[in-house]
Order: sequence, then structure tokens, then C-alpha cells
Amino acid sequence: MYISAFHLMPHRELPDDFEKRYSSVWVTPPFHELADAKRVGQYYNWTLDELIAAAKAGADGICTNEHHQNAYGFMPNSNVMGSVLARETSGMDTAIVQMGATLPATQPPVRIAEEYAMLDCISGGRVVAGMPLGTPMDINLCYGVTPIEQRDRYREAHDLIVKAWTSREVFAWNGKYFQLPMVNLWPRPIQQPHPPVWVPGSGSTSTFYYTADRDYCYCFLSYFGYQSALHSVDKYWAVCQERNRDANPYRLGFLQLVGVAETDEQAERDYAKHVEYFYHKGLHVPPEWFGIAGHQDYQSLANAMRNPVAARAITSLKEKRYKDFLNDRYVICGSPATVRDQLKDLGARLRVGNLMVLLHMGSMPHELTLKNIDLFFREVAPALRPIWDDQWENRWWPASLRTKAPQEALA
Amino acid sequence: MSAVTDRSVAVWQTRIKANIKVAGSGSPVVFLHGAGGLVWDDFLERLAAHHTVYAPEHPGTTAGDPEAIAHLDTLWDLVLYYYEVLDALRLRSVPIIGHSFGAMVAAELAASNPERVSKLVLISPIGLWRDDTPVANWMAVTPASDMPKLLLYEPDGPVGKKMFGAPDTEAQIQMIWAMACTGKFVWPIPDKGLKKRIHRIQAPTLVVWGKQDRLISSVYAQEFASRIPGAKVELIDQSGHLPAVEHPERVASLVEDFLG
Repeated sequence: MYISAFHLMPHRELPDDFEKRYSSVWVTPPFHELADAKRVGQYYNWTLDELIAAAKAGADGICTNEHHQNAYGFMPNSNVMGSVLARETSGMDTAIVQMGATLPATQPPVRIAEEYAMLDCISGGRVVAGMPLGTPMDINLCYGVTPIEQRDRYREAHDLIVKAWTSREVFAWNGKYFQLPMVNLWPRPIQQPHPPVWVPGSGSTSTFYYTADRDYCYCFLSYFGYQSALHSVDKYWAVCQERNRDANPYRLGFLQLVGVAETDEQAERDYAKHVEYFYHKGLHVPPEWFGIAGHQDYQSLANAMRNPVAARAITSLKEKRYKDFLNDRYVICGSPATVRDQLKDLGARLRVGNLMVLLHMGSMPHELTLKNIDLFFREVAPALRPIWDDQWENRWWPASLRTKAPQEALA
Repeated sequence: MSAVTDRSVAVWQTRIKANIKVAGSGSPVVFLHGAGGLVWDDFLERLAAHHTVYAPEHPGTTAGDPEAIAHLDTLWDLVLYYYEVLDALRLRSVPIIGHSFGAMVAAELAASNPERVSKLVLISPIGLWRDDTPVANWMAVTPASDMPKLLLYEPDGPVGKKMFGAPDTEAQIQMIWAMACTGKFVWPIPDKGLKKRIHRIQAPTLVVWGKQDRLISSVYAQEFASRIPGAKVELIDQSGHLPAVEHPERVASLVEDFLG
């Protein structure tokens, strides 16, 4: 199992009554009432320091992402953060996992091809190229992309980026959404033909097929834990089988909120209020915005309306307290032994190779985050690493950083 | 109650099967529905007493054919598509009534080829924009339970109860998809340049607006009327964004008098 540290870069100090006073953490929260640019600078630097600390503690990869107009996680450009991390981890065996620049909102998308290639050059070939579709809040409401075109636009952007990375000739791109007369990418990525591609998602069947058809890694970014992901993940593996893909567990990434302390009781003292902050304030988004008309294709819309599990999961968050999040396995918090056991269970049941852990949650202060990072990589991660490695190679990882599976090394 | 039949015509190089609800008898009139999809209601029923009403369903909104929308990309495509629908129905020059999104399309048709539209009725049209009175974003209403307030003068009145009282999942799916398919041509701001073309309209025009419209303020009635030579405005009191639903008798009789 490969383990990467993920960070959202949230606002850590929202007022206690935030969710009562404001209608949403995303799109509309007033910056000047809620934040201070100098303090925000501190958040960015803490975030960078925490990811670098994770790399030094032994994280296989460190992950950044892109979101807009919110206090939930505001790295508007994943690559600005990624470039700092690439440089700061110079000489280390840490993958720079960009989860990443959102394709439908980047105009023209060759900008992503360029920036990922830059990062690959700066990092010496350590980049993982995340290709997110983007949330409706980011892409439709903040960036104005037409909801019903978002997926189609994504697919065209993907094709253009891959061609820009791989074409030896200058080419013209005459697409439906993008037209470019002379594409000739500078620089090109070190990794050939291009860095490994990860597709983050939240369970759309059409994205499962898209990912399996292209032999990419699907990353399930859910905050609802592995029990609520079981149904979707089973469907993903069924889609892989249907498309004649092998059962290599590294085809699947999964994000999990994790808090480690000396004991289960100490974990509650350390993390309870930050977990509640994350779910009650950080995900304080009008549920209807997740379902903006056209963001889902017709079949996904019909499925979601007929069986509204995701909508219920979102609307019921504020009724839950730490114990509920723990019992429902939304979060994994506890002593090293508790966390190890639950993550082993997660890995086995979902068949996850690329685990991403969110070790900073909501309002966690810097020192506590560093403690969590230290305990996790010292006491938990070593027990998870051997899982899968005796049988499978992580083909979705920068080649220079992979450990070979024994049989492949022999062959 | 008149018999409403579905007529299907193949247009756009036969890639789209346009579904048109047809009812009544008499001189023809076309009705273009709003963003939420076509509902055959009392207003259309009243029109059908004196006219043959042709009410096309916007591509993608016909039940069982959601992907039809994939064949049209731009407003230019949509306008040409509607000319093909009119051709298929053998309507050379015809009165067009539109509501909201449908009224914007009707105005685009009347502006791009004045010969095809003999009279124009715009009921609470979208298509223009004022920064001091922005149009509400009906695709991002929050909380969702505010939708009746946005659309109706009396959200808790009998019309509201009928429209929103007992939510039906399949009807909701159709409505959301209809907003997705119409939103394709107006997201994120429902101003796609009509202001540059609207002066070309030659058809006698009636603009109907609910005085208490909270989705797009009735100040827009004058915005439309001042740009269309000779346009007449009728404001409906105690009405929101759906005057033809809230006051079907009154609006039908205004339209009837206007069509003559």
C-alpha cells in the first residue's frame, strides 16, 4: 500500500456559530467578515509545512487540490502549492500528487499540461497528474462553466492535454470547446509518455467507465468513510472486470480522515471538536448545489433522485457528533492499534492500493497536526505498507519511486 | 378538455425527433415553454379553444429521449433548429407565444427572421440583463424550498400547493433535466446578446409580466418594450413569474384579444 498525505488548506478559525450565521461555506461566504489576509498567509505556510513534515515522516506522496471561493479548502491553484512542495522535497522519494488542476475550468487546458510538465521537471519526474472534473460549486457557480457541458468539456480537455504531452509534431486542435492553432508544449514531462493519471471522483458510474477504459487510477474522494463507499467501490471493481482490467489494487485510491493519539480516549480529546468542525462548518453547503441541473448526466441524476443516499448523507451531517462520525466510520480516530486495524480493514474490503490520509481536519492547530503526522507515519503506516506489495506493482506511481513487486522484478 | 396529441417530426438531419403537443382547432399558434419543461395547463387549454396550439418540447426534455440535447450546442443552433421545426409543421409565418426561457427563444426567432413570426407574445421573458436588477439564478436556488417563492405571488396558495405540494420523484427528475437542457443556452448569465438583435423584431408584440415577479423583476417589461417598436405591455397584479399559471383566464383573454 502507498500512503499519501492530503491537505485541503481550510480556514482553521471560523466562528462557533458560523453555520448558523452564514448560508454556505462555499461560493458566498464573505471574506472580509471571516478572514484576514495575513492570517490566511499563515494557514498557507502551515499547510506547506505540514505536507513537508509528512514527506519527511515518510509519506509516499503529498497531495494538493483546487477549490474556489470557500473557507472549506482554498487552494485556488493546486500547482502554486505543488511547485513549493516539489522544490522543498528535492532529493526525496516523495511523489508530488496534484489532485489537482480542474480540467473543465482551465482555459486553455494546455496550461495544465504545461504546469504539470514544469512540476515534473522541477521535481525530477515525481509528479502524479490528477485530473479532476471539479465540483459544481467550483466549476459551475464560481467559474461559470455550463453544467450540462462540464463532462464533455472535461473529456476534450483530457484528450488535448495528453496529446500536448505526447505529440512530437506541432498540431492544431479544433475541438468543440477549445481551438488552438499551434500546440507545441514547452516543457515536456520527464516521465514518458506522461506522468501517471489519477481521476478523482465521488462515485459517478460514468467516471468509473472513463477511468477503466483509459487504464487510469480512480480516486474515491469521499468524506463518508469506507462503509458508505462499499457499494460504489464494488461497482468500480465490477466495471474494471467488465472492461477486462486486472484486479491490481493500485487502480483505486481512497481518501480517509485519520486522527492518531496515544489512546482512543486521548484521540477523542484531541480530535473530537476538529472532526465536528470539519463536518458541521467545512461541509456547510446547501445540498441542492451538489445537484445543480446538468452537473450530473441524466442517468446519474435519475439514480440519485430515486435513491437519495448521498443527499441524505449531506443533510444529516449536522445531526451527527464525534461518536457518530466514529461509529459510522466516516473518520478513523484512536490509538495506533485502533487506526491500524481499521485501515487494514478498509484496505482489504475496498481493495485500495493508493491510500490518501487527511491528517489535518478542519480547525486542527499546527502543533496537533504535526503530532498526528508523526504518530501516523511512525506507528501506523509501517504496518500498512506491505499490503499488496508482494503481488502487485503500483503502475500509477512515478516509475522512479516504485518498489517492484517480487514476481515482476523476477520477470 | 381538448384532446392533446403528441406529434413527432424528425429534424436536424433526422438526428432529433422533435415532440410537439398539439391541440385545438383554428388558426395556428406556437407556444414555447420555460426552463422547467412543458406542462399542458389551463392557459394552453383556453388557447386551444380558438386556435390550433403547437407546443414543442425543448430538445432533451421529452420523456425517454434525454440525450437529444447533445445535438445542439449554441443558441445559433437552437434558433435554426426551431426554424426546422416550424418548417416540418408547415408554419410559414405564425404567432409565437413564449414563457421565460421560451420567450427568449421566441424573441430570437422574431429578431433573426421577422418573416417567420407574425405576432409575438413574451410572457416574463429572460434574455436581457440589468446590473441594478439582476435576474435570479433559478438553477441555484437555495434553499430549494424557496423555489415556490421565486416563482409565485402566493407560494402557499392553491397554485403553489398544486405545483409543489406533493413532490413526485419522476416529475422532479424531468424538471431538473429540463433546467439542465435549457440552461445549456443561458448559463451562467441569461444574456446571450439579444440586446444587439432585438431591434430587428417587426412582429406586433405583447409583453406580459407579473407585477410581483421575484425571478426577473417587472422592470424588465419596459426594457423589452422600449427595444421593440410598438410593443404593448400588460402587467398582471398579484402575479409572480408564472402569470399564465397564476391567472390563466386573464392572460388567455389578453393574448386572445391581441391575436385577434
